[in-house]
Amino acid sequence: MAAPMLRWVGRGRLWTFARVDGGSCHRRGAPTGSTSNRIRGQSSVAQQPLYTTQKPRKGEHKWAAVVGLEIHAQISSNSKLFSGSQVRFSAPPNSLVSFFDASLPGTLPVLNRRCVEAAVMTGLALNCHINKKSLFDRKHYFYADLPAGYQITQQRLPIAVNGSLTYGVCAGKKQSQVIPKTVRIKQIQLEQDSGKSLHDDLRSQTLIDLNRAGVGLLEVVLEPDLSCGEEAAAAVRELQLILQALGTSQANMAEGQLRVDANISVHHPGEPLGVRTEVKNLNSIRFLAKAIDYEIQRQIDELENGGEILNETRSFHHQLGCTMSMRDKEGKQDYSLFSQEPTLFLSVAACPVGVPSPKCGVWLSIRPWLQCDASDDNELQELPVGFLLPSEARLTHRRDLAVRFMPEPNLPPLVLYDATSLPAGADPQQVINIDQIRETLPELPRVTRERLVQQYGMLLEHSFTLLNEVGLLEFFQNVIKETRAEPKKVTSWVLNTFLGYLKQQNLAVSESPVTPSALAELLDLLDSRTISSAAAKQVFEELWKGEGKTPGQIVSEKQLELMEDRGSLEQLCHSVMEAHPQVVMDLKEGNPRAINKLIGLVRKATQSRADPAMIKEILEKKLSS
Amino acid sequence: LLRRLRQENPLKQGQITPTELCQKCLSLIKKTKFLNAYITVSEEVALKQAEESEKRYKNGQSLGDLDGIPVAVKDNFSTSGIETTCASNMLKGYIPPYNATVVQKLLDQGALLMGKTNLDEFAMGSGSTDGVFGPVKNPWSYSKQYREKRKQNPHSKNEDSDWLITGGSSGGSAAAVSAFTCYAALGSDTGGSTRNPAAHCGLVGFKPSYGLVSRHGLIPLVNSMDVPGILTRCVDDAAIVLGALAGPDPKDSTTVHDPINKPFMLPSLADVSKLCIGIPKEYLVPELSSEVRSLWSKAADLFESEGAKVLEVSLPHTSYSIVCYHVLCTSEVASNMARFDGLQYGHRCDIDVSTEAMYAATRREGFNDVVRGRILSGNFFLLKENYENYFVKAQKVRRLIANDFVNAFNSGVDVLLTPTTLSEAVPYLEFIKEDNRTRSAQDDIFTQAVNMAGLPAVSIPVALSNQGLPIGLQFIGRAFCDQQLLTVAKWFEKQVQFPVIQLQELMDDCSAVLENEKLASVSLKQ
Repeated sequence: MAAPMLRWVGRGRLWTFARVDGGSCHRRGAPTGSTSNRIRGQSSVAQQPLYTTQKPRKGEHKWAAVVGLEIHAQISSNSKLFSGSQVRFSAPPNSLVSFFDASLPGTLPVLNRRCVEAAVMTGLALNCHINKKSLFDRKHYFYADLPAGYQITQQRLPIAVNGSLTYGVCAGKKQSQVIPKTVRIKQIQLEQDSGKSLHDDLRSQTLIDLNRAGVGLLEVVLEPDLSCGEEAAAAVRELQLILQALGTSQANMAEGQLRVDANISVHHPGEPLGVRTEVKNLNSIRFLAKAIDYEIQRQIDELENGGEILNETRSFHHQLGCTMSMRDKEGKQDYSLFSQEPTLFLSVAACPVGVPSPKCGVWLSIRPWLQCDASDDNELQELPVGFLLPSEARLTHRRDLAVRFMPEPNLPPLVLYDATSLPAGADPQQVINIDQIRETLPELPRVTRERLVQQYGMLLEHSFTLLNEVGLLEFFQNVIKETRAEPKKVTSWVLNTFLGYLKQQNLAVSESPVTPSALAELLDLLDSRTISSAAAKQVFEELWKGEGKTPGQIVSEKQLELMEDRGSLEQLCHSVMEAHPQVVMDLKEGNPRAINKLIGLVRKATQSRADPAMIKEILEKKLSS
Repeated sequence: LLRRLRQENPLKQGQITPTELCQKCLSLIKKTKFLNAYITVSEEVALKQAEESEKRYKNGQSLGDLDGIPVAVKDNFSTSGIETTCASNMLKGYIPPYNATVVQKLLDQGALLMGKTNLDEFAMGSGSTDGVFGPVKNPWSYSKQYREKRKQNPHSKNEDSDWLITGGSSGGSAAAVSAFTCYAALGSDTGGSTRNPAAHCGLVGFKPSYGLVSRHGLIPLVNSMDVPGILTRCVDDAAIVLGALAGPDPKDSTTVHDPINKPFMLPSLADVSKLCIGIPKEYLVPELSSEVRSLWSKAADLFESEGAKVLEVSLPHTSYSIVCYHVLCTSEVASNMARFDGLQYGHRCDIDVSTEAMYAATRREGFNDVVRGRILSGNFFLLKENYENYFVKAQKVRRLIANDFVNAFNSGVDVLLTPTTLSEAVPYLEFIKEDNRTRSAQDDIFTQAVNMAGLPAVSIPVALSNQGLPIGLQFIGRAFCDQQLLTVAKWFEKQVQFPVIQLQELMDDCSAVLENEKLASVSLKQ
């Protein structure tokens, strides 16, 4: 099944990479490249990073890690998957809840067309086979933020299957080379998001916010073709870019629109796969890479020390930088329950959700749960009020319960059409045409990068950087539009100077004090040789202060125009030489590098307004005379 | 007796105003309170609706056949602002914020909502005996016809404790219509819950094709089999109500969009010679009472003598039907009941040790043994290790059962004629000797296969038994041929001339009779 598809994807396409802080697998092991993983039948992964133990002994065992991802992307839609409630981030708690979302008895799901189209579009962009007929299932488990007691998903026959995602990881001395990789996509399924539970330890209660309950999700299941955190991070980043390009998901991890669970195991190449663990709650790409690499190393260490790996769910603690068994964590909290004051219940019987009424009792605001996590945890940015539960809800972790499936009886099979199967005279509002959606596919990141390389002659890795930073490509294109400067110059300025300043101050492109027009004007000044590149840097620094001056104004105020007057420059050179006889002596005694010092001094005297080439020429002339 | 709303509607003829009619029904509800037919009587709502209806009649703007007509609704349909309990502790005090589509459609037609009728808890049962508000009593227990027969029987003893069950689970709706407290009532039909009490209460009980009538707002038992049912005193009335209810609903994705013939005007068949009636031989079971059996056979003879073709047909998978139904029903029940956790609506226990403990205690207190038992077996069938062996197999058997019907209809049969129940209604004390499950398995024997196949079916009262109790027969039609089915049923109804229930004694006995109330009961039986 996988083989022809992988061939189809092929090499020679363009890939993404992601920069990952630390923990890169390439640094840890000795990549042999010769061991292919037969079990997974992988051919497209160029190198399998192999791990050695930290203290190799007993004939040096090498380890290979196997990583699979389940990615939940919130569909960008106006209303929820099966109800008419609005989808909006950070609305007041329980304000976007329909009767269906609150699972009032007798309510039925009605499928949102937009969500189906988003799934088809994403499937097409990821080279999936779109199933003309797909089915919905109920997945049952008891959890306070799952009001119906089941989630509607697509377990048996999902909307899209057998796709692939091409991405790239960076390698080489300066991490400047891009290695193409492919990960197979098992399936994409439509499903409902759950609500949110917040556990308030201080008051021993749980609060439920159902705003998110029923929002449409695309669950993208990747085959376990990944072998380290960096690959996983790069693959997720590429998926994120694709979703954003398609507009099917905003895929903002900080807002929980893209959530990743990782399945991780290690084994000796050629031997059966090891027991896997699942790491959940990965809410940034950086943490994803860190968590996976930590977990791989933890498993290796555990096995090396004669321990065993439990098939369990773990969470990543971003401050400690380690994964922890969720069971342990919950167990620990369990002890503290006894010392806490009794739980306060609110009676919400027969009260429409989301409508505060006297029957609901007092609406409470709570303090953040577990102070140490509060600053990082996106889920806690809003302090919800709502329905109360006793605090032990966290003990019923969903994976610990026997999950039962059943076909969803209230939704007929989802039937999609293409140009050939579309029934004549079908109401376009009632049918979804795959071919029509295919025609509306926008340019995918891969193609954008190809275009950038061809059109502007930039390096491939530069095109990756342009796409990876949110808003940077648009900024770049706006500068290009307005300036006469060469694209290579623009690329260099945007990727080095501009991005450098942003990074230094930890700003997003949208927060930049320098507008594309200002940079374009600056580059024009440089291009017309009105200012030197050193002066341009100075102007840029001024622009960064955000005082609203144009580059032209700054140049004239600071008198940064290139010194075109050869006479005065000669004059300056002369005075500098006279003021530094020792340097001149050095030069004359056969130290040619000393001229650079003189050049530097002259430039300083001109406030960088002179062309260094001209200075050098004058100095040389004077010295030789 | 006001039977045919279309021709004999006294409101249209101005003989009575909607408010007067409403008040008469309300007083009858009070008089027959001991039947336990209603859980909630929505007196104020009904009177207000009657007032509005009256205005429309005065202005000549009547909304149609149902304008001003008192109806009752089984208490598992959501009614905005009116408590909806499913006869369960779990939903005591639950007031839905919205109307079920079928309820809304009745109100849109100007019907008066008299109240919410009693049932088995969450419609799980066949006697209307297992609800938290107590059993429903069959009005025929108090009929002149039944009492006279009993007087002749030297063995009959204590009359008060010898009352009969209505059948179920829509027994409250059946009793309400049978006792003249309303003209039509909504039941729900998952395995026979409308047809069974209709047969026991001498009514027309109609189960439409699955997908013809919206389930939105019906608190589900088995989503893939549930259908809102209609209980009336004659076939024409059922057709009028069906005409108001049928049609696609954007809130229920399982309703069909094909245009249907509306309104459901039923032609009077003059001639049945082109009809072919099928008699499924597997329905002749040893448990069938001889009286029902002989009426069934007489009915077949009637069709034959009038020129219809009567064929014996085979539905070979009938014997697997009940077991299959049990697996599918309990599995969906387990799933549907998962939402009742005490968090957002309904009952919540006082236990607050943990969420799990709260869930468990809430569900123990909220559900009766029958519901809990079905949830337990359903969850067992849905367990990963059992899913293939039970649920998937049952689904396959369901397909075979549905195909049985398809094959029968493909052989040229227009409608099937079967018994509705094994026998007439039994006394409560007799009924409760068996547990709910056994009873349901027996009582649903002729009715549940139809639900698995999604077909329309109707129970028509045929005659009184030797004990003076009604016996019904069932007609089953092709999917979405509801109109044809009802047309045949109407012809049959006309031939058999089922007697009207005589309740004067009941009315006289059971109330401190006021003069005007006496009049009220008389005027309804004009």
